[in-house]
Amino acid sequence: MEFVLAERDVDLAVEVAAGETLALLGPNGSGKSTALGVVAGLVVPDSGRVELGGRVLTDVGPGRAPVRVPPHARRTALLGQEPLLFPHLDAVENVAFGPRSAGVPRATARATAQDWLEEVGVGELSRRRPAQLSGGQAQRVAVARALAAEPALLLLDEPTAALDVAVLPALRQTLRRVLAGRTAVVVTHDPLDALLLADRVVVLSGGRVVEHGTSADVLSRPRSPFAARLAGLNLVAGTWRDGCVESPEGLRVHGLVVGEPPAPGEGAIATFRPSAVAVFREPVEGSPRNAFEVTISEIEPLRDLIRVHAGSLHADVTVQAVAQLSLEAGLRVTFSVKATEVAVYPRS
Amino acid sequence: MVTTQRPVGLPRWAYGPALVGTAFVLLPLVAIVARVDWTHFGSLVTSEGSRAAFWLSLKTSTASTLLCIGLGVPMALVLARRDFPGLGVLRSLVLLPLVLPPVVGGLALLYTFGRRGLLGSELDALGIQVAFSTIAVVMAQTFVAMPFLVVSLEGSLRTAGQRYEIVAASLGAGPTTVFRRITVPLVLPGLLSGAVLSFARSLGEFGATITFAGSLQGRTRTLPLEIYLQRETDPDAAVALALVLVVVAVLVIGLARQSRGAL
Repeated sequence: MEFVLAERDVDLAVEVAAGETLALLGPNGSGKSTALGVVAGLVVPDSGRVELGGRVLTDVGPGRAPVRVPPHARRTALLGQEPLLFPHLDAVENVAFGPRSAGVPRATARATAQDWLEEVGVGELSRRRPAQLSGGQAQRVAVARALAAEPALLLLDEPTAALDVAVLPALRQTLRRVLAGRTAVVVTHDPLDALLLADRVVVLSGGRVVEHGTSADVLSRPRSPFAARLAGLNLVAGTWRDGCVESPEGLRVHGLVVGEPPAPGEGAIATFRPSAVAVFREPVEGSPRNAFEVTISEIEPLRDLIRVHAGSLHADVTVQAVAQLSLEAGLRVTFSVKATEVAVYPRS
Repeated sequence: MVTTQRPVGLPRWAYGPALVGTAFVLLPLVAIVARVDWTHFGSLVTSEGSRAAFWLSLKTSTASTLLCIGLGVPMALVLARRDFPGLGVLRSLVLLPLVLPPVVGGLALLYTFGRRGLLGSELDALGIQVAFSTIAVVMAQTFVAMPFLVVSLEGSLRTAGQRYEIVAASLGAGPTTVFRRITVPLVLPGLLSGAVLSFARSLGEFGATITFAGSLQGRTRTLPLEIYLQRETDPDAAVALALVLVVVAVLVIGLARQSRGAL
C-alpha cells in the first residue's frame, strides 16, 4: 500500500506480508485511521495504489486509469472501537451477515456463524440481541462477524480502546489467537496490543512513517519520541561523538552501546527508564553518572510514584523524595542517571 | 415510587394561550360531532355517492402512498446520502409542494400532463389521457403528499448515519443488500410514519384534485370533494361524511404514533 493524501498531509508506503499482523502506532492525527480508510475503500487518496494479494484495489493518480474497487468487493473487513452490531439482528444473524451477503444459504450461514461464536467464546449468546450484550460480549460477536466474512485482510481500528479494563485481557487473548496466521492491520494506542497482537510495528507521525520493525524491537529500542513514550522510556536523539550521544539541545549522554556501535558523527539514540533517574537540588559531582540541568515543567502522580516532567525528559521518584526536595514546577534541578542504565544504539 | 422532577419551571403566562390553542383545535371537532344527524347517519354515509367517494378515496390514497414510497424512498436516499453542488436548492424545490397552495399544484400538473400541457401531445400520441381520470387523482395526491414522506425519511436516514452501512459493506454486502438488510430496518419507524402522513395527506387532498382531475362521481370525486358538493345540497350528508374523515384522521394519527414508538 502506498498513497498520498495532500488534503490531510499524509504520505505513506506500508507493506504487510501474507499471514502477518501489522500494528500502526502513532499519535492522534498521524494518519493511522486515514490509512485504514484508504485500504477499506472509504477514502480515495489523491494519488496512490493499494494492492491486496496481487489484486489492485485502488490505483489513482495523474496519468493512470483510475481503479477504485468499492468497499464491499475488497474483502477487507473492518472492526472498530465500537462493536456496531446491527441492532435489529440477533448475535448469530449478525455473524451470518457476511456469509449470507456472499450468497451462502441461510441455514449454512447460521451454522458457520454459530461456529465462529463458539470460537470467540460467546456461543451461548447466539440468540441475544445486541442491546442484551455487555460491551465485551458485543465486541467478541463483532470479532466473530468480521472473521466469518472471510476477509483477505482484517482491519482493526483500536479494537480494545472502548472496552472495560476487566474484560480487556481475555479479549486480547482471543484476538491474539484468532489473528495468528491471519493478514491484519491493527491501529492502536496501546503498546500491549502492539506486543501481543502484532508481528511488526509501523510508527506514524505527521502522516509519515517514522519508524518500523518487529514489535519487540520497536518497543525495547524505540527511535521515535512517540514509540519511546509508548514504551515508557526517556529518549534522547542526537549524534554519536566522543563516545556519547550529543543532542541538538546540548545534552551529552553516556551509555552502554547495544549491538553495533554507531560511527562517529552518525545519528544515535539513547534511552533510559524514568525510574533509573535520580533527582538532585544541587549539581552532581562524579563521573559514572550522566547529569542534566533541567527545569521541572510538571509533576503528576503515577501509581505509587511521582512522575517529574522536565521538557521531554521525566523521572519517576518516590513521594518521600518529592517532599524532601520540595520539588515543584519551575524549579531548577539535576536529573542524574548511571551510564549503565542507558542503552545507546544507531538511529537507523 | 417514581416522582417526576421539574427542575426548570414553565413561564406562568404560557398556560393561558396553550389552553386557548388546544380549545381552538378541539372545539370544531366537538361542533362536528354535535351537528351530526345521528338518526339518519347510517343511511347518509351509505348512500351510493358516499360509498363511491369513500372507496375511491381509499383506493387512490393507497395507490398514491405506494407511489410516494416507490419514488420518495430513492429521493430521500439521494438527498441524505449524496453531496453535490445544488443539493440544497434541489431539496428546497422538491419540498415545494409542502408550502405551495394545492390549487397551484393542480394547475401545474394540468399544464404538464393535460391535453395541451408540456407532455400532453406526447402522451396523446401514446393514447394516454390522464387529466380528469382516476390516474389524475392519484397523481395530484402523490404530488402533494410525497414531500411528507421524503422529509420524514431523510431525517431518519441522517439520524441513523452511515456507520452500520459502512460495516455491512466491509463485510461484503453490495449496496442493494445493505439497503435491504440494514438501512430499511434501521429507518423503518421513519418510513412508516412518513407513509402514514402521506396517506393522511392524500386522503384529505382537495385543491389539486379538483383542479387537475375534476369531480366525476366514481372516477375522480373523492371524499373531500363529495363533502364540499354535498354541503350545498345536503348539509347533513356533508357533516356525516366529515365525521368519517375525522375518524379516519384520528386512526391515522394513532398509527403514526405507534410506528414512531416502535423499536
